[in-house]
Amino acid sequence: MKKTLALLLALCMAIAVFGCAAQTTEPAAEEETTTQPEAAVVDAAAEAPAEDVTITFCNFNASGGQEETLQAMYDAFHEQYPNITVEIETIGYSDYFTQMQTRVAGGTAPDCYELNIENFAAYSAKGVLAEITGVDTSGINQTALSAFNVDGVQYGLPGCFSNVVLIYNKDLFDQAGVDYPTNDWTWDDAQAAAEAIRALGDDYFGIFAPITYNEFFKVAAQFGGSILNDDKTAFTVNSPECVAAAKMMVERVTVSNVQPTTEQQGGMGDWDWFMSGKLGMIPTGIWAFNTFAENCDFNWDIVVEPGMTQKATHFFSNAYVVNAESENAQAAMTWINFLASSPEAAQLRIDAGWDLPAITDESVLATYLDLGLPANRQAVFDSLNYLTIPPIIEENSLMSDIITSHLEEAASGAVSVEQAMDDCQAELEATIQLG
Amino acid sequence: MTRKKNAPLRSMRDLMRASPFLLPSVVGLAVFSLMPIVLSLLISLTDWNGLDKLAVSGFFADHFIGLQNYKEILSGGEFWRVLGNTGYFIVLYLPLLLICSLGIAWLLSKSYRGVGVFRVLYYIPVLTSWIAGALIFRWVLSSKFGIVNNILEIFGIQGPAWLQSEQWAMPSIVLASVWKDMGFYGLILLSGLQGIDKNYYEAASIDGAGAWKRFWRITLPLLTPSLFFVLVVSLINAFQLFPQVMIMTDGGPNGATQVMVERIYKYGFRYYEMGYAAAFSWLLFIIIFAFTRLQLSAQKRWVHYGS
Repeated sequence: MKKTLALLLALCMAIAVFGCAAQTTEPAAEEETTTQPEAAVVDAAAEAPAEDVTITFCNFNASGGQEETLQAMYDAFHEQYPNITVEIETIGYSDYFTQMQTRVAGGTAPDCYELNIENFAAYSAKGVLAEITGVDTSGINQTALSAFNVDGVQYGLPGCFSNVVLIYNKDLFDQAGVDYPTNDWTWDDAQAAAEAIRALGDDYFGIFAPITYNEFFKVAAQFGGSILNDDKTAFTVNSPECVAAAKMMVERVTVSNVQPTTEQQGGMGDWDWFMSGKLGMIPTGIWAFNTFAENCDFNWDIVVEPGMTQKATHFFSNAYVVNAESENAQAAMTWINFLASSPEAAQLRIDAGWDLPAITDESVLATYLDLGLPANRQAVFDSLNYLTIPPIIEENSLMSDIITSHLEEAASGAVSVEQAMDDCQAELEATIQLG
Repeated sequence: MTRKKNAPLRSMRDLMRASPFLLPSVVGLAVFSLMPIVLSLLISLTDWNGLDKLAVSGFFADHFIGLQNYKEILSGGEFWRVLGNTGYFIVLYLPLLLICSLGIAWLLSKSYRGVGVFRVLYYIPVLTSWIAGALIFRWVLSSKFGIVNNILEIFGIQGPAWLQSEQWAMPSIVLASVWKDMGFYGLILLSGLQGIDKNYYEAASIDGAGAWKRFWRITLPLLTPSLFFVLVVSLINAFQLFPQVMIMTDGGPNGATQVMVERIYKYGFRYYEMGYAAAFSWLLFIIIFAFTRLQLSAQKRWVHYGS
């Protein structure tokens, strides 16, 4: 009796192991049977399919507070398209790309998902994305749309956009007796103000612009240079304009010290510095507004980022893409088009203080101006006139890591800026094949 | 059944009877350990980017590049530099770990009131996740606001910039790692200490041996089996240094803390070069295997088994 019982228990355990494995493949099997009839209708009709369809959607942008907004967008969508059900999955940014990469490689990627600009190039180059056709994209901002268009093929729809502005501490400016920044400022004006604020005391710093790849390509554009040449066949990081840009960024730390060195930072991040009230200016993303509004107990405002020979401002956008292997591609495209361009979704996005929808409808966008601090929200829209899209190549992460590491070396004082940029150029040429 | 207890299996019948009980573990081992190991070896011979679908037939034929990944890794400077960083970590970490673990084991081997509480306290760091531990250490080691430098200031010492300084970044990681691991190895050495027969000490003190002599001549030799285990396991783990580097320094500053597994992760999941990363990890395996083999053969020279 005991032996039989023991045997049964062992068999149960073995079945449990197999059972767990079987469960994960079931949903895939289900989808296949319900979507066989859809296989033919991939891009022709502009209407959603009439039969009931369930699609899977994965994103990271909603994590950390906006899950309800996304759910509200889905409810609005489902009212218009009751036959399309979307299973929404929200994953935190830090884990998102590792697991998405694994899912795509394993063939279990969702029907549609979100990508940022950095990873979009790699995914589109590997042929895992479907071309987006059969949906009306006229309501979408054309600059944003073009960022996800590769060689004439539209692979993604921009779900949102955000940009970078100069945020400044009005109280510190008053203390130092300096006029507030205006949209006409250049970095020379900003440097003078930074030095005045730095002089207020040992603990005060004038500006904090991180010395990383993300800042560098933008500042290079402000000096009239760029990381790649026009047809993206060669690197140009050691051109005079790029070197001048790097020099300005680095010398803030090493020469005039209006920006703290890593040791002076003491482990505090740039936002922490600004919120502590000891930092005069910080060029950072508009997604900082809510955090600063909650935590800053001093007066602050924003202005378009200063330029040098010209202005150039960051443009960040996340794209919604469709899995090339999806059997519900048309339904997926309808859903992401709704997310990206419908007035309902756009209004929900703005009202929640999330980020900006990449739409052309000015009246909807205008409600963004009434959301509260900062006062000069108009600067966010003014910045759109000077947009610079990051240079996108397949090996984006490798390029950005190499450039950041050389900039860091220059900022630590270990090598001269010219030497660092020459080394950077050499390493980029040796490691990455372009065009 | 008339077999003696613990006698080896004598027939296929015994094996058949045992198999249902072995099945769950064997299946788990095969699917989650053996299969990935074999696959990773195959992947290391390809130029797979980690994104293309793997299970497509003809994949291996399309992407096979032979030993090219290995050649690239060994001929580039990065592999050796990163190996050097890992070696630097090991050289600092192992001695400190052994001393601290031995110290803890010795402290906890006495029986006094509250020794049980201390055993728990020293083991708690082992149980915490590295994410939590590393975040806390990042704050503790902050050059301006961390308590380490604040305490040093009381004594008039200007503390270094710890995680932000090229010279002190790796030592900082060593300190954090020793804090986390010494409870685990301490417990192992503790059980080794408790296995030493008290009679030896009695006999020695009767013969007039002092505390130091007793430690050197009795405790250490009889502790060598446990020490050997600690050395082998901690070396294997030290080569695979990863979570604390990712969270505390992310390989910086200026690449001072870039180590083997950190590179493997970046190549596999950030630069989309999975084949390269797989080759890297197999080279790491060969290195760890070689060191372990060396230790196992050196065993005979310094480890005393038997009562």
